[in-house]
Amino acid sequence: MIPDGLKYTKTHEWVRVDGTEVTCGITDHAQSELGDVVFVELPEKGRVIKREEAFGTIESVKAVSDLYAPVGGTVSDTNRLLGETPETINKDPYGDGWLVKISISGQGELEHLMSAEEYGKLIGEG
Amino acid sequence: MNILEPTIFDLSQEGRQGAALPDLDVPEKPLEELLPEESLRRDLPHLPEVSEPEVVRHFIHLSSFNHHIDKGFYPLGSCTMKYNPKVNEVSARLPGFARVHPLAPAKTVQGALRLMHELGDLLCRISGLDEVTLQPAAGAQGELAGLMMIRAYHDKRGHRRSKVLIPDSAHGTNPASVTLAGYRSVQVASNDRGLVDIDDLRRAADEEVAALMLTNPNTLGLFESDIEEIERIVHGVGAQLYMDGANLNALLGIARPGDMGFDVVHFNLHKTFSTPHGGGGPGAGPVGVKAHIGPFLPVPVILRDGEEYRLDYDRPDSIGKIQSFYGNFGVMVRAYTYIRMMGARGLRAVSENAIINANYLKRKLEGTYDLPYPQHCQHEFVLSGRRQKEQGVKTLDIAKRLLDFGVHAPTIYFPLIVPEALMIEPTETESKESLDAFIDAMLTIAREVSTDPERVRTAPHTTPVRRLDEAGAGRKLDVRQRADRGV
Repeated sequence: MIPDGLKYTKTHEWVRVDGTEVTCGITDHAQSELGDVVFVELPEKGRVIKREEAFGTIESVKAVSDLYAPVGGTVSDTNRLLGETPETINKDPYGDGWLVKISISGQGELEHLMSAEEYGKLIGEG
Repeated sequence: MNILEPTIFDLSQEGRQGAALPDLDVPEKPLEELLPEESLRRDLPHLPEVSEPEVVRHFIHLSSFNHHIDKGFYPLGSCTMKYNPKVNEVSARLPGFARVHPLAPAKTVQGALRLMHELGDLLCRISGLDEVTLQPAAGAQGELAGLMMIRAYHDKRGHRRSKVLIPDSAHGTNPASVTLAGYRSVQVASNDRGLVDIDDLRRAADEEVAALMLTNPNTLGLFESDIEEIERIVHGVGAQLYMDGANLNALLGIARPGDMGFDVVHFNLHKTFSTPHGGGGPGAGPVGVKAHIGPFLPVPVILRDGEEYRLDYDRPDSIGKIQSFYGNFGVMVRAYTYIRMMGARGLRAVSENAIINANYLKRKLEGTYDLPYPQHCQHEFVLSGRRQKEQGVKTLDIAKRLLDFGVHAPTIYFPLIVPEALMIEPTETESKESLDAFIDAMLTIAREVSTDPERVRTAPHTTPVRRLDEAGAGRKLDVRQRADRGV
C-alpha cells in the first residue's frame, strides 16, 4: 500500500505536501516491518530540524528505531493521539497515524524525496 | 481473563498451617511486655494460610507453565542457555558460603575471600588479563564499570575523549552503557562477510575515540578474524579495546581476549560459567582488565598477603564502589565450582562442543532457511526467515510454532543487520538426539509454511497461554494485584 499522492524517503517516511507545511509519517511497509508499536517519542513543537536528522524514536515489540526528518524546517504540530494510542500507526499509517507537521524552509527541501513508484521499487512492491 | 492458577493468596484458608514450630524452651510472655507500644502492629499482616503440599503443588504447577533449561532445549542466541549442573547448587548451599554475613570481619571469612580471589585468578587465566573485579551484578553493569574505568584512565592521562565506537551488529546494551558512561556512541558498519568493516573503522577512529566495544565472536557467531588489524587501528589512536564477553563460550581454552589485545573484558558468569539465568534473579558480570587499567578497578579489591586474604580499599584512582558489598557471592560460588569441576581441558571441550553443535544445526538447516553468512560459525549462527516471509509467514510465527514442539524459540529479529533473523545457540550441553529433534521441528515448520501456513500463523496451539498482548504489556505494564480488589 503506497498512496500515489505522497512523497517518500529511503528510510520509509512519507510526506504529504500542503503549501509550505508538510505532514509526515511512516509507511505501511515500515509499520509492518516494525510490528506492534509500543511508544513514540516526537520532537517539541517549534523545534528546528535538519533533513535526515534523527528527530524522534519509535519503539515496537521488536526494536527501537530512529525517526528521520524527511525534510528540514520547523515542527509546527505533533500527533498527540499517539501518546495514548501508538497502535494507530499500525492501523492507519497514512491517516490518523501521522507523526509531525513541519513548516519547510523552502521548496528545495522536497527535491530529494521519492515518488510512490520509486519507493515501490525500493521495497520490491513496485 | 483466564486464570490458569490462582495466586497463593487465593488458596489461603483461615487457620491452615504449613509449618510446625518447635515448642518454646523459654517461658512465654505477652508481646506487649517485650516491645514498646509503638513497635506493635495493630493488624495482622496479610499472609496466605496454606499447607505444605498446597505450597509445593502451587509452585510446581507454576514452573510447569514456564519453559526452562531443566525442561527442554533452549537455543536462545547470545544467551548461552546451557544446563546448570546441580553440583553448583550443592556448593552454594554449604553453610560456610550460604550463611556468611557480608559485614563479618575478613579474618572470619577467609574461605569466602579465598574463593573470590581464586575465581578472579581463574578468570584472568582464561581471558589473558591481569586483574578482575567480581562486583558487577550483570553483563550490562560490567559494561558500565568497564567504560567508567576506561574513562578514568583517559582522564588520568589528561585527555578526555568523547565517543565510543560500536559495530552495527552489537548488543543493544553496548550503546546504552556508552550513553550512561557519558560518551556518544558511533556506529561502525559490518562488511559483506558480517565482520567489522576495516575501512569504516579506520574512518571513524580518531583522537576523540575512547574505546571500541567489540563482541568476539560477534552476534552473527562469526570470529572477527581481522582482530589484529582492529587492535592496531584502535590502539593507534590511543583508544582502548573493550570486549563484550557475551560470546566467550566459543573461546574457552582456544583463544584469549588478552592475547588479541583487549584491554577490558566483561564476563557473564550466568552464560559461560553455568550459573542460573535471569527471571530477575542474580547474575554476575565480572570485569577483567590489563595491568594499566588495574588502578581504576572498583574497591574493594581482594588481595592475598602470604596465607591471608584481605579487602583492599587503598586504590586512590578507583572508580569507587559499583555494587552493594562484593557482588552476588552465591553466583561466584557456582561459577567457581563449574570451572574447577571442568578443569582446563574440560573448558576447552565446552567451547569445541558448542561450536560443533552450532555448525551441525547450521548445515542441516541451511537448505531450508536462508543463511546470509555461510562461513563456518562459532557457538551460534543466524538464519533469515526471508523465504518463509515471502510465503506469508513471519519469523515471529515460526518462533511461536516452535513452542508447540517443546522448544524455546531462538532469539528473533536480532542482530538488526539480518532481516527476519533467527539467532540459534544450541550450547555444548545438548545431545545429538536433542539437536536432531530441533532440526526435525524446524524442517516440519518450514513444510507447514507451504502446506498449512495458517497453523503456523496461529501458533502456539499447545502452550498454557496462546499469543500474549506484548504491545499492551509494553504500554500498560501492570504487575500488581491488590488483595481487596481481586484481579
